Amino acid sequence: MWKWLHPYANPEVSYHFVGKLLPWISKITFVLLFIGIVWALVFAPADYQQGDSFRIFYIHVPTAILSMSIYMAMATAAFCSLVWQFRLADASAAAMAPVGAVITAIALFTGAAWGKPMWGTWWIWDARLTSELVLLFLYLGVIALHNAFEDKNLAGKAAGILSLVGVVNIPIIKYSVEWWNTLHQGATVSKMSAPSMSMNMFWPFVICFLGIAMLVAFVICIRFRTEILSRNGMRPWVRALITEEGVK
Amino acid sequence: MQFDSISAFFDMGGYAFFVWLSYGVSAFLLAALVYSSHNNHKNVKNKIAQRLQREIKLRKAAEKSLAEAKQTDDKMSVVQDLSKKSNKVVP
Amino acid sequence: MTPEHNLSYKAAFNLIIKRDLTIAFRHRDDIINPLLFFIIVVTLFPLGIGPESTTLSRIAPGIIWVAALLSTLLSLDRLFKSDHDDGSLEQMMLSPHPIFILVIAKITAHWLVTGLPLIFIAPLLAVLLHLNENSYSALMLTLLLGTPTLSLLGAIGVALTVGIKKGGVLLSLLVLPLYIPVLIFATSAIDTAAMNLPYSGQLAIIAALFFGSLTLAPFAVSAALKVSTN
Repeated sequence: MWKWLHPYANPEVSYHFVGKLLPWISKITFVLLFIGIVWALVFAPADYQQGDSFRIFYIHVPTAILSMSIYMAMATAAFCSLVWQFRLADASAAAMAPVGAVITAIALFTGAAWGKPMWGTWWIWDARLTSELVLLFLYLGVIALHNAFEDKNLAGKAAGILSLVGVVNIPIIKYSVEWWNTLHQGATVSKMSAPSMSMNMFWPFVICFLGIAMLVAFVICIRFRTEILSRNGMRPWVRALITEEGVK
Repeated sequence: MQFDSISAFFDMGGYAFFVWLSYGVSAFLLAALVYSSHNNHKNVKNKIAQRLQREIKLRKAAEKSLAEAKQTDDKMSVVQDLSKKSNKVVP
Repeated sequence: MTPEHNLSYKAAFNLIIKRDLTIAFRHRDDIINPLLFFIIVVTLFPLGIGPESTTLSRIAPGIIWVAALLSTLLSLDRLFKSDHDDGSLEQMMLSPHPIFILVIAKITAHWLVTGLPLIFIAPLLAVLLHLNENSYSALMLTLLLGTPTLSLLGAIGVALTVGIKKGGVLLSLLVLPLYIPVLIFATSAIDTAAMNLPYSGQLAIIAALFFGSLTLAPFAVSAALKVSTN
């Protein structure tokens, strides 16, 4: 049943397969992001309460969702590489960490820029903001651990263990922060209680989300190929590939 | 179309600073991420190519020195042969 | 066959604790320095914030707990570093006993020399910070349950960074986010106790964190040690 998957465990096959996917992903990303951003900025209606500042929503929420899902994907890859010694999973986990960190940073920044006109401050110790900040720290820890090791395979294993520990901790941190927030300062900030979104706000959101997700996939694919090359630099197929392409 | 004019579009209903700031920073960060990933890929390729070239150079140098050594060996062997012959001749 | 092969798990556990305690008492500075750090950090806060007793008693739980986190972090380095440097860690991992036992024993020994003194000295510092009188028992109980949790979670970070030359700064980046839940519930338990309300809920959650990390952390630590020692 899983036989069709086996060839992709070979770095060479995966490298070329992802290489063939890349132009398609980049085209889809471009089209989706273009439509999504123009729709979000120009055609989507302004919120009846928040006015045009609501347009930040179309990047804030997709990045916030993706920041969590990239971490989960990274931890799944790390789990596969630790349990089944699956080297390519390791490479993909290494490719995801920096992307996740940037997406988390964007989510935090846009959240602050949205909070300033809506809540009056750039930053409040809101539960969601705080857990997002902790998520950023976890990403930075994984990246720092990756960079600290000379040997890429060891680095992958160590960072994998750390990301799994992080996965166990994320729900605990999230709930403890939520609980802490309600205890310490009460509901001084009326959070945006989401009324059922109107359809002409929902569709640009979906397209923006897909566009950013495709962009993330695009960057992860590039980094994945880089990781494969740097881990297999001495293999004959890499040599053949490089001599074929020549030195730039 | 939600805006009456271009200036209204850029004003964003008074939230221009925040909206454009967050869109601008996001675009900048994502572009930087794409650029650096691309650059990284090229760098890794170049590094491998450089190493390959160095290997080829080293191999050529090794072959050359080997060939030279062989030549001198040949000369030496000729001399030795001569000496052997001469040795043979002498007694 | 050496007699060591016949050691029961309990005997091996006791042996490692004994060994680590002996080593620790031969290097007393390693025990005293984190404690001094703890005391000095706590005394710096009133100097920075001002001597009003109401302000101080309001923020005392947070100060004591943050100082405890930092001093635990400072002492964590000792957990595996010297054993890794002189190669005895590798020898222990080659022994027929499960690494689980080794890890638990080493963490227990570490807590005995760093966490326990912290608990004894904390009430004195609480006096300096005018901690509310109702909170002392809560402070002691949270430290009693919390500091072993800190040692267990910190051991994961140490095990990951023990093979790296400049692991100290990296360690704090890896470990401090994991400490957040303990900090939150411990300080809130102390605050609740100050209002004369029952704080058993928070204490139960800290206990849950403790037992959770007691069962899960040794696995992560042994996996990380395997990575670090090869």
